[in-house]
Amino acid sequence: MEWFDSGWGLSLIVFLPLVGALILAAIPRSAEAGMKWVALVTAFGTFALAILLAVRFDYGAAAQMQFGTDLPWIEAINARYHIGVDGISLPLVVLSTFITTLVVIYSWNHWPEPHNPKLLLILTMILATGMTGTFVALDLVLFFVFFEVVLLPMYFMIGIWGDTSIRTVPVVHWEIEMRLYASIKFFLFTLFGSAFMLLGFLALYFKSGDAGARTFDILELSALGQAGLFAGTFAFWVFAAMFLGFAVKVPMWPLHTWLPDAHTAAPTIGSVILAAILLKLGTYGFIRISIPILPEEAKNWAWFIGVLAVIGIIYGSLACLAQSDMKRLIAYSSVGHMGFVMLGVATLTDIGINAAIIGMVAHGLITGLLFFIAGSMAHRYHTRDMNRLGGQMILMPKMGVILGFAAMASLGLPALAGFWGEFMSLLASFNPLPGLSVSLFRTLMVVAAIGTVLTAGYMLWMLRSVDFGEPTAEWRDHDFHDIDKYEWMAWAPLVVMTIAIGIYPAIVFNATNDAVVNLVAKAFGG
Amino acid sequence: MFASLTPMLAGFALFAEEGEHEVHAGDGGWLAEWAWMIVVVPLVITFLIVFFGKRSPWKGWGMATFGMAFVAVYGAVLAWVNLDEGILYEGAIEIGRIGSFTLEWGWVVDGLSIMMYFLVGVVGFLVFVYANGYMKGDVRYTWFFASFSLFAGGMLVLVSAPNLIQLIVGWELVGVSSYLLIAHYWEDFDNVDAGNKAFMVNKVADTGLFIGAIIMALSAGSFKFSEIFETMVGGNSTLAQFGFWAGLALFIGAMGKSAQFPFHVWLPDAMAGPTPVSALMHAATMVTAGIYLVARLFPFYQLPEYGGDVSMIITIIGAITLFFMGLLALVQNDIKKLLAYSTVSQLGYMMAAMGVGAYTAGLFHLFTHAFFKSLLFLAAGSVIHAVHSNNMSDMGGLRKYVPATFWTFMIGTAALVGLFPFAGFWSKDEIIASAYYNASEDPTAAAWFMVVLSIAGAFITAFYMARAVSLTFFGKYQGHGEPHESPKIMTVPLIALAAFAAGTGLLNAPGLTHVFTDWVTVRAFPIMEHHFEAPSWGLIAIVTPVVLIALAIGFYLYRPKQTQAERDEFSIPVLYPLLEQKYYIDDFYMDGIVRPTMGPIADGTLWIDENVVDAVPNLVAGGAKHTADAVNTFDQRGVDGVFNMLSAATGATGGFLRKAFTGRVQQYAAISFAGVVILALLFMIF
Repeated sequence: MEWFDSGWGLSLIVFLPLVGALILAAIPRSAEAGMKWVALVTAFGTFALAILLAVRFDYGAAAQMQFGTDLPWIEAINARYHIGVDGISLPLVVLSTFITTLVVIYSWNHWPEPHNPKLLLILTMILATGMTGTFVALDLVLFFVFFEVVLLPMYFMIGIWGDTSIRTVPVVHWEIEMRLYASIKFFLFTLFGSAFMLLGFLALYFKSGDAGARTFDILELSALGQAGLFAGTFAFWVFAAMFLGFAVKVPMWPLHTWLPDAHTAAPTIGSVILAAILLKLGTYGFIRISIPILPEEAKNWAWFIGVLAVIGIIYGSLACLAQSDMKRLIAYSSVGHMGFVMLGVATLTDIGINAAIIGMVAHGLITGLLFFIAGSMAHRYHTRDMNRLGGQMILMPKMGVILGFAAMASLGLPALAGFWGEFMSLLASFNPLPGLSVSLFRTLMVVAAIGTVLTAGYMLWMLRSVDFGEPTAEWRDHDFHDIDKYEWMAWAPLVVMTIAIGIYPAIVFNATNDAVVNLVAKAFGG
Repeated sequence: MFASLTPMLAGFALFAEEGEHEVHAGDGGWLAEWAWMIVVVPLVITFLIVFFGKRSPWKGWGMATFGMAFVAVYGAVLAWVNLDEGILYEGAIEIGRIGSFTLEWGWVVDGLSIMMYFLVGVVGFLVFVYANGYMKGDVRYTWFFASFSLFAGGMLVLVSAPNLIQLIVGWELVGVSSYLLIAHYWEDFDNVDAGNKAFMVNKVADTGLFIGAIIMALSAGSFKFSEIFETMVGGNSTLAQFGFWAGLALFIGAMGKSAQFPFHVWLPDAMAGPTPVSALMHAATMVTAGIYLVARLFPFYQLPEYGGDVSMIITIIGAITLFFMGLLALVQNDIKKLLAYSTVSQLGYMMAAMGVGAYTAGLFHLFTHAFFKSLLFLAAGSVIHAVHSNNMSDMGGLRKYVPATFWTFMIGTAALVGLFPFAGFWSKDEIIASAYYNASEDPTAAAWFMVVLSIAGAFITAFYMARAVSLTFFGKYQGHGEPHESPKIMTVPLIALAAFAAGTGLLNAPGLTHVFTDWVTVRAFPIMEHHFEAPSWGLIAIVTPVVLIALAIGFYLYRPKQTQAERDEFSIPVLYPLLEQKYYIDDFYMDGIVRPTMGPIADGTLWIDENVVDAVPNLVAGGAKHTADAVNTFDQRGVDGVFNMLSAATGATGGFLRKAFTGRVQQYAAISFAGVVILALLFMIF
């Protein structure tokens, strides 16, 4: 396994999907079955390699970068092809290959209109490369490239296969197709954020010249940052620039408004990938880049991030309570859940960042499942309006039970994955990093705890509207197909992992804890 | 009030210095090591029922009941060994580390947890047996037993918890199974709403549990009870600083689960669930979780340095609950709701007992109450089974039709109102005596308040039970058809529970036996409480006549008349109308909190989101579009602006790539990045 450990394995995980995409491009459109198999083999192969990565990962040295490769790339600007995984990125790499596989399985017999599986699968494969690439990149240019690679495929996914209903945009009164509005909005928001992010990266690059050769290397920049090279106004503006890039992606209030539209308009697999993985690129950026490179500045920003996070929790949950569109409700719930993740990050403590990572993984599994279910339901009912739904436990008992499970997991039921992130970020908020305002963070803790009540409120409300009661006249005599075997194959692993991480969180913590402790120790001292 | 506790602290310190233990106990050997089976068996059975229940011989009932029998037997054996030589054991499995904290699943085997294992096992087993008959023909028979088994597992996770995290996990598992079972007949939205209400009220209280657990864990550096107590012995200044808040927050959690005022509102509505659920969960076990929590943390709540100041609040809340919520039972027509308010009231007794430092008395009442109240519920269920109505106005004269149910209900009533020598007599007397002892030793208003209310509570308990018994079993039958006695599978558990209701009081008859005290005080940390070795004859001389008078008044007022409506005419102006409105507490929650949140506040947030927060980017985009239109820097096809242009690119599948890549997206991106690079350069210069 020498070749695997020396870095080829990781590169393979990143680029295998791209190879798959090329093969798919060569397959004629008519050979649908062949394309599915190519996509599945690619996705599953990548996932299997990621599992191998997790198995061969040295958990005793989780704080170190492993399976690394560091090759010259664009020598003119000293950008390097530097990749590696540590305990922080490992769970996210596994998660993204896992979700990609499930998405391909789900796609087997769920093709959104206007069909064209070939293109959809190619885009999915490109997304996979972008996602895992972002999680393993250790060079800012490389990070940026991967970060942007996901943008176009998702844009097309929403724009082509998205919701064709007409939306009237408030205030400006545009009458526009949902998919167009949402895809453009997604694109422009992200582009706006990442433009600033790039600005921040470039500033770091030039500034790093003060201490020798200019570099984009994240590890080197972290070392420089921790030595105090980036300080004062410079650090403030750089942090602000990167903050915009990451905060849009998370998304943090008030930069979140692209999310409900994008998630709602996207085809099912698009929503799943968006919610399960793409949002994590932002939070990961904070943990991997902002905090280690600009630790002192992170301290200055912590209160701000914490406040926005908690506003997101309350505000997102309240917006959920007002929703009658099921998919939109789940979309807004992400604002709340990612609020908990960011609250954990904002505490700048080992507990908080661990909480953030397990929260990211859990949100990926659970909200991914919720979007799968919402998609399959919309496919059957041809509506997402919860006022028209009801009595699903009679119409489709299995679907009803799985929805109930996902809702319970989403509201943070202990012994399921979502609990750990939520509870531990509250825990971290009680004792944030020394130097941060204790009274503020304790207030945030209490407010966020109230947010858990609201979360329970809208999830129960959704179950009441959708699952319970007698079916309305509209559906009473309708014959529904309950969950089919492809759906089971895509969803059962999510259910199993949600329970497994809930019962045995060491699945995530074993990888993350040492890495996070080390990160915090290096950035903020013992 | 706490002056008397200072010597205890000295005792505590002494204990720490000497490193000795006043409780002599073994480690229970393999029996304790394998006690995790008690927790795991019901949980595994839950999974088995979910997947194979419908195909199994008794459709899930058999497996579920086997699980409870296992717990009952294991619990009984542990109880036996514990009484013989004492067991103190703590097992744990690590499930991860976060920062410096270790997360564990574990199982505590000590007097307190053994008492709960035994209780959950025995009452659970009998209720499950009963449910075979009661649920016969139910639409979701198998599902019912899966949920019920999940509850049992969750409850055992809770009571076996050696740390706060596991306690929370069990706490929420019983919460979710409670939700599922209350809403068992979810075709009717009333039942779903009752389930939601239970879940939400508990969720509000759980924020307290979460926060309290967080404060306590961070102050002590551990989630484990044993380590938290150890730091207390050594002097934990952080925990002392936050002790009041931690204690209060945890108590708020306990108030939710144990339906203490003002969180009591969910329990009466929870009666929407099937009667066996009401008996096991909403009377005998789940609702006692709050009492259990306070008992588990008893050393913390007893030390003035730490949670001591909260004890007074616990006492007051318990006293308010036991009296004022008991009053609500007076006006109930639904027999299950009457019993539910009675449960709330009895939980108030237990909580108040914990507040005044009467650890054993509170737990003893928990223990006896579990038997007699589940008996009353199951007997009520048997009545409901016979007359197909919950309302006492449809009953009357059932004594002749359902004799076994009648007699067992009478025994349960005798135990509840506290007639000699039934179980409640001993346990309630111990609480009242503790309250009295506490008040006489440290005469504060709150302490006497508790004494007066606990005696008054005994009066109203007897009064509403007299009404219930009279309206249900005496007079003339008012319903339709001829009621029939329930099958043996239901009456046999009733008789077994009746035996417990009659006899368990003798486990701790003051001056005679102290089996129960010996049982539950086997704890790793010394339980320092007021001991009552002598029977409090003086109080008995007061309380028993009070009870008898209340019974007499009750039976007289509700004596048989022509119709049930005539019998039930008694009312007290102002008070009864107020009680019928449940003191307007439920209305206040609904109209003051729930409706505004779900209505204007939520709608307003969404409105702001769409019309204010989202207006900024939309207006910016709109502005850009207009600028583009005006300046016309884009080509002619761009007159409709960025949006149309992009829609052209994405509008059709065919050829979209060509359009997109030769189109504006790329251009737009290029322009942006160029701008960024320029900005970056400017950045460097300045």
